[in-house]
Amino acid sequence: MKLITAVVKPYRLDEIKEALQSFGVHGLTVTEASGYGRQRGHTEVYRGAEYTVDLVPKIRIEVLTEDDDAEELIETIAKAARTGKIGDGKVWSVPVETAVRVRTGERGPDAL
Amino acid sequence: MAPAIMLAADAPKLSSANTGFMLIASALVLLMTPGLAFFYGGMVRVKSTLNMLMMSFISMGIVTILWVLYGFSMSFGTDHGSLIGWTSDFVGWTGIGKMDLWPGYTIPVFVFAVFQMMFAIITPALISGALADRVKFSAWAVFLVLWVTIVYFPVAHWVWGTGGWAYELGVIDFAGGTAVHINAGAAALGVILVIGKRVGFKKDPMRPHSLPLVMLGAGLLWFGWFGFNAGSWLGNDDGVGPLMFVNTQIATAAAMLAWLGYEKIRHGACTTLGAASGAVAGLVAITPSGGAVTPLGAIAVGAIAGVACAAAVGLKFRLGYDDSLDVVGVHMVGGIIGSLLIGFFASGKGQSTATGVFYGDHSFTQLWKQCAGVGGVLAYSLIVSAVLAFLLDKTIGMRVTQDEEISGIDRAEHAESAYDYSGAGGGVLGSALSAAAGAAGGKPSENQGDKKSGKQTKKVDA
Repeated sequence: MKLITAVVKPYRLDEIKEALQSFGVHGLTVTEASGYGRQRGHTEVYRGAEYTVDLVPKIRIEVLTEDDDAEELIETIAKAARTGKIGDGKVWSVPVETAVRVRTGERGPDAL
Repeated sequence: MAPAIMLAADAPKLSSANTGFMLIASALVLLMTPGLAFFYGGMVRVKSTLNMLMMSFISMGIVTILWVLYGFSMSFGTDHGSLIGWTSDFVGWTGIGKMDLWPGYTIPVFVFAVFQMMFAIITPALISGALADRVKFSAWAVFLVLWVTIVYFPVAHWVWGTGGWAYELGVIDFAGGTAVHINAGAAALGVILVIGKRVGFKKDPMRPHSLPLVMLGAGLLWFGWFGFNAGSWLGNDDGVGPLMFVNTQIATAAAMLAWLGYEKIRHGACTTLGAASGAVAGLVAITPSGGAVTPLGAIAVGAIAGVACAAAVGLKFRLGYDDSLDVVGVHMVGGIIGSLLIGFFASGKGQSTATGVFYGDHSFTQLWKQCAGVGGVLAYSLIVSAVLAFLLDKTIGMRVTQDEEISGIDRAEHAESAYDYSGAGGGVLGSALSAAAGAAGGKPSENQGDKKSGKQTKKVDA
């Protein structure tokens, strides 16, 4: 199994959710995140004093998937998140040892 | 303040219209202090919001009592040496009858005294904005008592009390450009030069935590200021009160637009904080001058003040003094602008026949008088406030510890937090955590490691 994590622009969430649903993904976890990459932050002005705000709001999407689907899923998310502008974010995957569905006790791919 | 024009033959009788108006004006001026608290409270970071609110609210408590006990007597009692007033009947307000009229006016002494009380309350509260995040609440309370006693009560006498030196010199200060705004701004400067900067000044971002709160405060100030300004004529039988009322609106509008224009050109955006600040700058500048200038003059006063204050708030970064919420940049500078512009724009058709450089015989006489009033109040307040802060710092200490300042003065001094974020959104986690801590016999987790609130072990929400 793989855990796919995507840190992307918040307003792309709906697109990504739809893309995942048509792919057949039944669940995902979304958290609000903040950070910066190459685009850095933005500037705000308060009574003439300029503040550079480094951290930009992002969302982090996490999806568990079977190994075979991982590559295609990453592509799907990246495509849905892409705007072509700087700050679109990142998607990556890491191996997962095990997973348990809490209600039934099923383990492994059955728990997905 | 209106000169006491009274002929023995027709001594004024009580006017219920004026009395009613002045009671409402008093309530409006009182509302400015909570308005100011929100204006300042929104501008600080989350961790010192409550302290900022309390620094204003405590003034409503302390100064009210002092004003009744001896403040009114010191400011508006019989003159002694052009410097201070004292009338023993005014001490504790014991010798004031409910139908006694304020000499020369159509309102009871009680009404005049309570109206002026509200000015004494808001003036020291104005100072608090410069001291954000770092002053012990107990030290602030003691400072309040000493400052109004040694600075505000005498200065109000100089400017508005019959026999006060500035009043007798003919300095025009309709509603408090010198006595309130320059006085508070100069005091703020004196105190911050002594107590120093906030931890992280010029390094850490210190963004306002809630601009909607700032806008709410600015709106309340604008509204209450009509009482402050128009009420200062103590009645409206000669049309000067209404002139002041319209000029208040006009100058404030002009100043807000001027500030927004300035920052649009300089920084590329019309900011919310700029609109609120510009409005307050205009209110400050028209406060001394609104009874003397024409409505067109009010546009000029407001516009000049808006641009000047927008430029002045940047000075603290260049000169390195931490005027946290720009009390100096807005109130002192705005007060000076408004007071001095009387010397140019006084039309001679408002509260008195004195004219400025642009009117009448183009004389500089009134301008020099204004300079004397501005300089005298500014110097006195700056020096005495700095000395007061120095003495308090050496005895009881003015500042909280660096640790308390960084982790937040609200918890250190008031044992509270302004907002419960766990309840606002995603509330499950926050309440689950504090409930777990409570069940384990501990304190709510947010209080741990805080020695003061450690005393309070009761769980707030069961």
